[in-house]
Amino acid sequence: MGILRWRAEKLPTVIRKDILNDTRVVTGASDALVEFRDVQFFRGDRAILDGLSLTIPRGKVTAIMGGSGCGKTTLLNLIGGRLRPSAGQVLVDGVSVPGLNTRDLFALRKRMGMLFQNGALLTDLDVFENVAFPIREHKRLPEPILRNVVLMKLEAVGLRGARDLMPAELSGGMARRVALARTISLEPMMVMYDEPFTGLDPISKGVIAKLIRELNTGLGITSILVSHDVADACAISDYAYLIGSGRVIGQGTPRQMQESAVDEVRQFMDGLPDGPVPYRYPAPGYLDDLLQGRRT
Amino acid sequence: MNPLRWLGKYVIDSIQGLGRASLFLLEVVSGSRKLVRRFDLVVQQVFAVGVLTLLIIVVSGLFVGMVLGLQGYHTLAKFGAADSLGLLVALSLVRELGPVVTALLFAGRAGSALTAEIGLMKATEQLAGMEMMAVNPIERVIAPRLVAGIIAMPLLATMFSAIGVLGGQLIGVGLLGVDSGAFWSQMQSGVSFHEDVLNGVIKSIVFGVVVTWIAVFQGHESVPTSEGVSRATNRTVVYSSLAVLALDFIMTALMFK
Ligand SMILES: Nc1ncnc2c1ncn2[C@@H]1O[C@H](COP(=O)(O)OP(=O)(O)OP(=O)(O)O)[C@@H](O)[C@H]1O
Ligand SMILES: [Mg+2]
Repeated sequence: MGILRWRAEKLPTVIRKDILNDTRVVTGASDALVEFRDVQFFRGDRAILDGLSLTIPRGKVTAIMGGSGCGKTTLLNLIGGRLRPSAGQVLVDGVSVPGLNTRDLFALRKRMGMLFQNGALLTDLDVFENVAFPIREHKRLPEPILRNVVLMKLEAVGLRGARDLMPAELSGGMARRVALARTISLEPMMVMYDEPFTGLDPISKGVIAKLIRELNTGLGITSILVSHDVADACAISDYAYLIGSGRVIGQGTPRQMQESAVDEVRQFMDGLPDGPVPYRYPAPGYLDDLLQGRRT
Repeated sequence: MNPLRWLGKYVIDSIQGLGRASLFLLEVVSGSRKLVRRFDLVVQQVFAVGVLTLLIIVVSGLFVGMVLGLQGYHTLAKFGAADSLGLLVALSLVRELGPVVTALLFAGRAGSALTAEIGLMKATEQLAGMEMMAVNPIERVIAPRLVAGIIAMPLLATMFSAIGVLGGQLIGVGLLGVDSGAFWSQMQSGVSFHEDVLNGVIKSIVFGVVVTWIAVFQGHESVPTSEGVSRATNRTVVYSSLAVLALDFIMTALMFK
């Protein structure tokens, strides 16, 4: 079934519809799996995303880079339908996500995985049960088959031996790999990685990067990689977007990005502290602020 | 702030909170329909709640019963009615103290734990993670806990009353020399199943709904930080204790004429 499913992802849309037997509306076999059109998103009256448009191609690793707090996690939550845009369209596989009812949204979510910034493992279940969780919830598999599926997923991330540990007993890197095994346990068409590298040592980083690449080439999973780490993200992605002040300020292949002459892109790629993108949160004049204490 | 404005804000906030809590309850109730097929989840939660509260219920029940035995004996003896001690102990427990004290203990022990657990699941993105796995946390996490609370409360209250009666007997018959036959027979003839026992059970079911509802709502609404969770836990205990006492008064006024 799993193999059939990922093979099916690659077939022309008309045939695929029958094989996947899904409730989704299949629109033309476009190359874009995810599409943002002029998306706006507000927190209070602060625009986090403001006229953002981008497309995520099928079967590729796409990096989304940007400074802390620029709305990268927000963007993933918009794709997953956990947040709604105030204006603009978010399309996944040709379907408008904000327009879905709960049932269709959940059906769509079964086909996408998200790796959270901190793993988000269920702390009352051990590693094995964490990976088994989505399968138990959504499929009726006999126990021996379930066990094999879970062990295969754990083997893929190299943690078959850690199946009896509780999440609290795992290191950060291990927890993220378990979360990754859980994310792919339903064999999604797409995986969103939220900062998969932060807080990891170089070796664990390498392991995760290799896993992301393998899942992409081996299973044809479309990958969206959110990161503020330029080098790591560029190393494994096919295409990259740079986000700043709520919109795309640069895009291209990693190489194009590295050679870009645009100021904003340069500042980010080279890690310059100040430039077109201010590193300060908006504030009143510094001197005024300091003198305030004396005046009152 | 101007006290009038403070009052206005307080009232509006409270009403809004009540509205959100009601909508939340509706959502949980409609989500609990699916539990028929996943009853194992409820059983797990009843067990968890039971493990948390059983010991404290048994110990408190015993002591409350013993105190009732002491106090009741001295008062009744003044009127030469010490033989009715069994009746007094049983009625006080079954009608009032069983449901109420159990609910208060439950709020402090299981209710606060529920709030903290759900709040921390929220803070560590476990609930968000479930949503992204196409699992509805309301159905998977909240509903089983609410149903478990509603099942567990009357069981615990009954346990409390039963142990309390034994405590009263221990003091009354064992220590103060009330006639054992009189103790039990007066109880048997004076306590009515419909009027007393059943009404007590209804009370504790209502308390079960209210306390668990407050606990899961506060956990689900909590600000997802350590401070937010600790405040939510605090609110659970305060709100549910007040709700239990107020509802007890109303139900007593309606039930026992
Ligand atoms: N629940 C919330 N309530 C209010 N504001 C929020 C909330 N969550 C995020 N924000 C704001 O939205 C902005 C974008 O947040 P987001 O989490 O998407 O950033 P990010 O790009 O993922 O940052 P990081 O790289 O640090 O994870 C932030 O400036 C933050 O202040
Ligand atoms: Mg983020």
